[in-house]
Amino acid sequence: MLNKKRKAYTIAMKAAMYISTGLTAALVIFLVAYVFVKGIPHISWELLSTKPSYISGRIGILPDILNTLYIVLATLIFVIPLGVGAAIYLTEYAKNKKLVGIIEYAAETLSGIPSIIYGLVGMLFFCQFLGFKTSLLAGSLTLVIMNLPTVMRTTQESLKTVPQSYRDGAFGLGAGKWRVIRTVVLPGCVDGVITGCILSVGRILGESAALLFTAGFAHALNGIFEGLTSPGASLTVALYVYAKEQGEFGVAFAIAAILMILTLLINFSATLVSRYFAKKREL
Amino acid sequence: MKKNKTIERAIHGVFLILGLLTVGCVLLITIYLVISGIPAIAEIGLFDFLFGTEWASTAAEPKYGILPFILTSVYGTAGAILIGVPIGFFAAVYLSKMANQKVKAFMEGAVSLLAGIPSVVYGLVGMLVLVPAVREIFDIPDGASLFSAIIVLAIMILPSIIKVSMTALEAVPKEYEDASLALGATPVETYFRVSAPAAKSGIAAAVVLGVGRAIGEAMAVMMVSGNVPNMPSLFQSVRFLTTAVASEMSYSSGLQQQALFSIALVLFLFIMLINATLNFFLKKEKD
Repeated sequence: MLNKKRKAYTIAMKAAMYISTGLTAALVIFLVAYVFVKGIPHISWELLSTKPSYISGRIGILPDILNTLYIVLATLIFVIPLGVGAAIYLTEYAKNKKLVGIIEYAAETLSGIPSIIYGLVGMLFFCQFLGFKTSLLAGSLTLVIMNLPTVMRTTQESLKTVPQSYRDGAFGLGAGKWRVIRTVVLPGCVDGVITGCILSVGRILGESAALLFTAGFAHALNGIFEGLTSPGASLTVALYVYAKEQGEFGVAFAIAAILMILTLLINFSATLVSRYFAKKREL
Repeated sequence: MKKNKTIERAIHGVFLILGLLTVGCVLLITIYLVISGIPAIAEIGLFDFLFGTEWASTAAEPKYGILPFILTSVYGTAGAILIGVPIGFFAAVYLSKMANQKVKAFMEGAVSLLAGIPSVVYGLVGMLVLVPAVREIFDIPDGASLFSAIIVLAIMILPSIIKVSMTALEAVPKEYEDASLALGATPVETYFRVSAPAAKSGIAAAVVLGVGRAIGEAMAVMMVSGNVPNMPSLFQSVRFLTTAVASEMSYSSGLQQQALFSIALVLFLFIMLINATLNFFLKKEKD
């Protein structure tokens, strides 16, 4: 039989566990429900399809939606080849253990650096030193550095699942290193690239501090090429400006609801994809 | 054949450059922060800069002391850890050891969602729900305070703490737990007296990761902390290292802007220290 002290300990610990888990669950449900209840009534076709106009006092977030899209596209276009290349170097070429250690430590360091510091360095390097000014391109390039470790890591993980015997077989048939990489290794990174893309898109959608000083706050309606060279607010930055500087909480909540829906979609697709790949690997 | 060899070499070179890219980025960030952060510190004086208690960057006789920001960041992070770690730890133990599959799957989804919600959304909800609530409950003139920031940060670090602790707890060999159960310990005693100590490096890594997240968060904190450069006090408006950089960047110039770079450098040094600690615990966990 348990004595009283042990019984009390068990009950206390159980209570702590239930309360903590319940609190976390309640918090998530509250956040989602609150943002939807406050935000969805403010989402209208007009809000989604127009740009802000001071003359009619109308607020539209189409430019912010497009800016976000441009930033996502531009960042992915740069970060995927760079991240995949880095991963291929680490798994296929690098023989020096020390160098691999340094590269991986650098990647870990990058993922620990706060976004405000990325914003600052992005502003100094891309906007001022390279002369891109405050523009979506400068913002995207800053996000490329931020997301590089993510794409590199997911690609590395997927390359580890390419059986060594495939490579040996190809080498045995007389293929050179580059040919083996093109025909055997690269097809093996597809899983990692897709996962990396989803994670990066999630991070880009949620990013604000790094974009504040690199991409700016403008709400102009632009095509993609024009857009990339001019300043523009992403959805998150627009939310911040509408809430903090202009007190337009309705619009801010509408954007928050949109971001929440996007986050849900991203998480859902990440789960689906990882389940699909896990199943594929078992076969 | 010779042509092939040169191509192979060139390709090797390209991949080497790509591989070294992360190292290059870290160097770039470090060099830029050091170069742009040093001049202001040199002009203000290291001691006056780090330990000056007054920040009045736009005054006629400007003062650049960042002790209020440093202390606010340290207190804010400590507070968030104090609240977030116990909740995250107990939830992680429950989810990794006791929860049934359905609850676990739901909570894993919920925790990932919590991790994915943009920080400005936390800031917005904090601004409109938490700040007024704090004002009402504690009967203070302005709810935008260190306390509100601590609550928001505690919520924001929860997902990292839960996820990393869960991974560590799930990696504890089942034999340890079986042995403890066979010796007559209850399941709950086993989880807390055997599993948790066995996973302690992983849990420590989770805490350090939380520290890093909390000290680096800017936007959410900016929206709920009031953003006034006071010395920190729980129910007063405060400014963090991160928000100090963010709030004046857009209109500053000259020494004021350089001082902001110096603040970023101080923040960066904190982060590097935290990263090194994190790496230490992760390595220990691997062994």
